[in-house]
Amino acid sequence: MPNKKLKRVDIIFSEDCVYKDVLAESLKKSNEDILKDILDSGLRGRGGAGFPTGLKWKFASQETGEEKYVVCNADEGEPGTFKDREILTRVPLKVFGGMAICAKVIGAKHGYIYLRGEYKFLKTDLEKALEEFHSFVKELGFDFQIHILMGSGAYICGEESALFESMEGKRGEPRNKPPYPTISGFRNKPTVINNVETLVYSFMICRIGAGKFHELGTADSRGSKVFSISGDTPIAGIYELELGMLLEDFVEEFGDGDTKAVQVGGAAGFCVPRKKFKDTIIGFEGVPTGGSMMLFNSSRSMYNVLKNYVEFFEEESCGQCTPCRVGCQQLKKGIEAIKKGEKSAHYLDTLQKLADTMKVSSKCGLGQSVANSFSSIVDNFREEMIY
Amino acid sequence: MANTVKLNIDGIDVSIDAGKTVLDAAKKLNIHIPTLCYHEDLCVAGNCRVCVVEQEGVKNLVASCAMPAQDGMVIHTNTHKVRNARRHVVELLLSEHNADCTKCYKNTRCELQDLAGEMVINEHMFLDLVPDKNYTIDMLSPAIIKDDSKCIRCQRCVRTCQELQHVSALGVAYKGEHMKISTFFEHSMYDVVCTNCGQCVIRCPTGALIEKNYLDDVWDAIYDEDKHVVVQTAPATRIALGEDLGMEAGSIVTGKMAAALRRLGFDSVLDTDFTADLTIMEEGTELLTRLKRALVDKDPTVKLPMTTSCSPGWIKFIEHMYPEYLENVSTCKSPQQMFGALAKTYYAQKKGIDPSKIVSVSIMPCTAKKFEANRPEMRDSGFQDVDMGLTTRELAVMIKQAGINFKELPDEKFDNLMGESSGAGVIFGATGGVMEAALRTVYEIVTGREVPFENLKITPVRGMEGVKEAAVKIENVLPAWSFLEGVELKTVVAHGLTNADKVMQAVKNGTADWHFIEIMACPGGCLGGGGQPIPTTPEIRKKRAEAIYREDEGMAIRKSHENPEIQQIYKEFLGEPLSDKSHWLLHTHYNARKRV
Repeated sequence: MPNKKLKRVDIIFSEDCVYKDVLAESLKKSNEDILKDILDSGLRGRGGAGFPTGLKWKFASQETGEEKYVVCNADEGEPGTFKDREILTRVPLKVFGGMAICAKVIGAKHGYIYLRGEYKFLKTDLEKALEEFHSFVKELGFDFQIHILMGSGAYICGEESALFESMEGKRGEPRNKPPYPTISGFRNKPTVINNVETLVYSFMICRIGAGKFHELGTADSRGSKVFSISGDTPIAGIYELELGMLLEDFVEEFGDGDTKAVQVGGAAGFCVPRKKFKDTIIGFEGVPTGGSMMLFNSSRSMYNVLKNYVEFFEEESCGQCTPCRVGCQQLKKGIEAIKKGEKSAHYLDTLQKLADTMKVSSKCGLGQSVANSFSSIVDNFREEMIY
Repeated sequence: MANTVKLNIDGIDVSIDAGKTVLDAAKKLNIHIPTLCYHEDLCVAGNCRVCVVEQEGVKNLVASCAMPAQDGMVIHTNTHKVRNARRHVVELLLSEHNADCTKCYKNTRCELQDLAGEMVINEHMFLDLVPDKNYTIDMLSPAIIKDDSKCIRCQRCVRTCQELQHVSALGVAYKGEHMKISTFFEHSMYDVVCTNCGQCVIRCPTGALIEKNYLDDVWDAIYDEDKHVVVQTAPATRIALGEDLGMEAGSIVTGKMAAALRRLGFDSVLDTDFTADLTIMEEGTELLTRLKRALVDKDPTVKLPMTTSCSPGWIKFIEHMYPEYLENVSTCKSPQQMFGALAKTYYAQKKGIDPSKIVSVSIMPCTAKKFEANRPEMRDSGFQDVDMGLTTRELAVMIKQAGINFKELPDEKFDNLMGESSGAGVIFGATGGVMEAALRTVYEIVTGREVPFENLKITPVRGMEGVKEAAVKIENVLPAWSFLEGVELKTVVAHGLTNADKVMQAVKNGTADWHFIEIMACPGGCLGGGGQPIPTTPEIRKKRAEAIYREDEGMAIRKSHENPEIQQIYKEFLGEPLSDKSHWLLHTHYNARKRV
């Protein structure tokens, strides 16, 4: 699959769209037509895991039962990600619109926005926008209410099942899967949980059509995506880019000329060193990201970068499962011991194996993804870990 | 929905009911998958990750305890990937665990130790994290010791406290590296809603939650020439003690236990079953008195339904959770405490022993009895009525320490004077037993006839259903009890505090019209008590219950009021049930407690 050239697009924030018209039009369509659009567009979840959005909606729509929910995951906690904040600030009504369309398709009467605790400052504005939204859906005769629930600052609550637990007033700990949320989610009822950005894209697909979206990106990664670009770059910020570009092009555009590595996908993502820039596609066929792109130049110690990540995970693991809770502590203490010379360099291999175990045996995505940054940094910058 | 699913584990096809897990299917094939956080009595947590297996077509390993068996699944339980992961998981747990096994109360009885042994872990792969942790030990409770340094965070205790007991004294606090099992604001177990039931203790896989043992104190008393040490054994000990001494679950070891206690050096080997019979006399009379006040005197202050008071876990539960109903609880002390009060009064008088020289020891299936023995109200004899309460497990330890070959012991009898009992006393050890014993006596007092059940077996109150209701119609009564003619005596039996809570909720909502409620804090009643041999499973509890009812049927006397020593004590010492002396020694009061 050939890669795409780096291309800026303007879908999410586009002002060429009256949300009321789009919503009114969409709610008139049949559920089958909407589902077909979302499926045909090839849209995959923008939170990072990339599950096909149309399938998620379809599964939930097939569930029987009166009580179903749409949940907007706005617990944006991945280090280096700040695009949902921007979306909720600039186009909240499109987010609500996406939720309403989803609610129509699956048959939900209530939607929830689980808002990151640190984004409390957004709440007042969101509530104001919600008032407008609620009066409009009432006008349309569509029975749908959106509620905002606040997170309390735990990274793990961005994991969908931990998020449900938190919404239910319990300790935010991931559940066993299966069952998946479309069968048993919030209050053990069928639930669609989508990232903020996914919901806006769903809404915009109803506006621009599945075809337009499908034209963008590559076979595995259709459409565009909002990137949060930070680190050693002269132009940090939010950019909407077509998926499937080469990392080399990306660095060319955003780097400071001295980029030694890019952390794609935040602390839970992968570190790509300079030598691999030209072979790395940003997308599900290459290295996927929930939006976070952190650039590091040659002044940065990759040991410090890695230590920062494992410290983060050590703190943010919910602590229930062994590989994640203890594994993170061991990874952090392990690299410290090697750096101090208390353990030999060979101990890195033991830690690599441990990271592999964490990847395959942790209960949820948090523990499973620690190995991504750990292994990719240790593999590519081994000497920085030791000396 | 009795659908079955077919899957393949390690090359062998297996069918199993839909809804069962991969672990269940493997068990069916006798394939051993190690587990730690899994417990048959509890909901699935899937957090220790020891039971991971490989599923074809799935990238990551799956936790077999949490993965529903599905059609067409192909599972491998013994691959390189699985072995590595399990080994890592156990190594990780050990790195966080105070593995000073030789100094641990649970040494040789620890599931983590067994697993490490199974995996032949000779040296530690990872760094020792224990020195950097500020682990604490909570030893304030007279019943339960909580040692965080031994905890593997499997949350069995948390689930037990929440699901089975509806108490939630234990919960999870903090996250990440600091995550721990804790209490409300990290108060001591002594200061929170903990009922001391010990259900967490019998489910803890390691030494993180253990009973406070009084082994040395008991040995010291036994070896003290100046002391007269009496021991009482609860009904449920005799059908479970054998499990800790190499015998099958459900073995009746009453005679061997008496023999062992004598060999250990106790001066008098007596039976709590005696005071169980006495409890029936007092509590049965109390119930009839309350019924009379309600039905004849129309006294609006009389509290009905009346609940039993034998289970100290239940008492502490109601003190915390439903203090407004404390007057509904029978004022009778538990059999242990009746025994304690009599040992230092009646027994001392009859034997001519200075009560200050008597050391009163109890062997109980219970950890809450340790707390109960230490309650300040329990000193009516002028001394602490029961000096040391041991669990069934502690007795097993003493027997091993003394080098006694338990299995080969001859059957011996209890000593006289507070050693005689009836089958009604024995069944106190099973859920429904107190109710059955009470009905056997109360019905006969009122009508002059035996309860209308074949061979005295009141089956509606037997069995492991959580809440059991039974009604007995009282007809053709003796003239003194004419007010009960035609009355349908409505009773309910609950075991496990979650079921107790359901019953109390019904009482509170006014949706219940029971007269008499039996509540035991532990699942299955005392036979599933927190002081019983480990492990506990529904199957083991069933076998223990069968043994209890076998023991009852084998007794010459089956009704409390026919126990000759009971008749003797009323004649020679107490006078009659609810006499002043009874009130002084055998009855007590309760205290409302905070809900923290």
